[in-house]
Amino acid sequence: MTDTIGEQLEQLKFRDPARARALAEALAREVKSIGRAPVSVMHVCGSHEQAIARFGLRALFPRDLHVIMGPGCPVCVTDMPEVDEAVALAMAGHRIATYGDMMKVPGSVKSLADAQGEGGTIDVVYGMRQAVDLATAHPDQEVVFFASGFETTAVTTAAVLMSGVPKNFSVLSAHKYIPPAMEIVAQMPDTRIEGFLAAGHAAAITGAVVFEPFVKKHKVPVVVAGFEPLDVLAALVKLLELVKDGRAEVANMYPRVVTHQGNKHAQEKLWTVFKPVGGRWRGIADIPDGNLRLRDEWAHVDARKRFRIDFSQLWDHAPSGLAQRCICGDIMAGVRQPSDCELFGKECLPESPVGACMVSSEGSCRIWHTYGGVPDLREVG
Amino acid sequence: MCLGVPGKVLAIDGLEATVDFFGVRKLLRLDIVDEPVTVGDYVLNHVGFAIRRIPPSEVQETLALFEQVLKDAGVGDLMAEDVRGEMRAAPEVKEKA
Repeated sequence: MTDTIGEQLEQLKFRDPARARALAEALAREVKSIGRAPVSVMHVCGSHEQAIARFGLRALFPRDLHVIMGPGCPVCVTDMPEVDEAVALAMAGHRIATYGDMMKVPGSVKSLADAQGEGGTIDVVYGMRQAVDLATAHPDQEVVFFASGFETTAVTTAAVLMSGVPKNFSVLSAHKYIPPAMEIVAQMPDTRIEGFLAAGHAAAITGAVVFEPFVKKHKVPVVVAGFEPLDVLAALVKLLELVKDGRAEVANMYPRVVTHQGNKHAQEKLWTVFKPVGGRWRGIADIPDGNLRLRDEWAHVDARKRFRIDFSQLWDHAPSGLAQRCICGDIMAGVRQPSDCELFGKECLPESPVGACMVSSEGSCRIWHTYGGVPDLREVG
Repeated sequence: MCLGVPGKVLAIDGLEATVDFFGVRKLLRLDIVDEPVTVGDYVLNHVGFAIRRIPPSEVQETLALFEQVLKDAGVGDLMAEDVRGEMRAAPEVKEKA
């Protein structure tokens, strides 16, 4: 028992208020010594925004530091036609298994939750292995796993496929690959990002090394960051230090999980099963190499190859006009924030989301709706 | 779906491990993790897979990094003034006579 308590204390070291205050002080100093305002940096991971919002870290940030939320939610960037494919397969009578976050993501006309309401069979699973178990338990049905997530999650999809799946099982991949999206965001004219916080768990797979070409090309620093409050604060201090010194380098502030080369074993599985292809990220842009699709050798388990997906059944009612007013894309590109949206917290709510950013627990709008975006504790006293 | 949660390995059976997450026990696959995992290790769970073994020494390394960035930023030692005040104010522990 003492053992467990000792270990929990170990974890609490990453939430220690005294260290947090010292780091916040360091942030203020760094911003001041950069000597121009504001300094804008971007994180590209919903879990970073979770940590920032949940622990109220924005209240600790100096006013002249803008920490912008980038395209860090794989559910949010799943494009409508990808959702349409899953909905069409469900409407055609196949059994769909997917992560819970994907249920309410709006397609062109319907979400998977709508398809379920209309008689489609959709199972929410914690991981892909449960989807395989469903296929084993229902040999008379085709089970399609609608797979979403960045490279970290794609590796698990690859591992399950490589370990063998039943004949009635296939994968509809909406997996995304982060590094190419950072390229696009770095080139956007409206966003003047001076440094990036990279997602620690994606980097656990690819290694910090994956950002080396990026920092050389775009002349901005990248700091790999973890997800405890101190991880985020310390990574920001490091990032500002690099900005101040004009050093376009990769720094790893999450060495307990991320190594320079990453997890080679996992990378091998990832690229054995997947290939990067260009495609749309919802609301953002066409991202060259931003989508992970099954390689031709895996065509026998690729739902896109196994089925002729018929979209005609989808268009039995008109698409929602609200969706056109959603600014989710601008939010993920870092140009605007959730509170700038006229639908936020009104027509668009977690129970009835208009845009994907309000659906996922990793989505900026959902996070701000749950925790508040910028708690101003200074005014409280 | 995106979360990575650390847990402690209680038992291993082939490519499957029983892992404790602060009192909740789960089965995790070990296909992806790139180092040998043994009972007592901490691993990072992502959707039912261990994606990384977390060596205890590297937890210390991260904490040391925090100290380093603070030093570089010119902030004094990490112990906040209120903590130091607390220690000054606390009565000394005396051996019982």
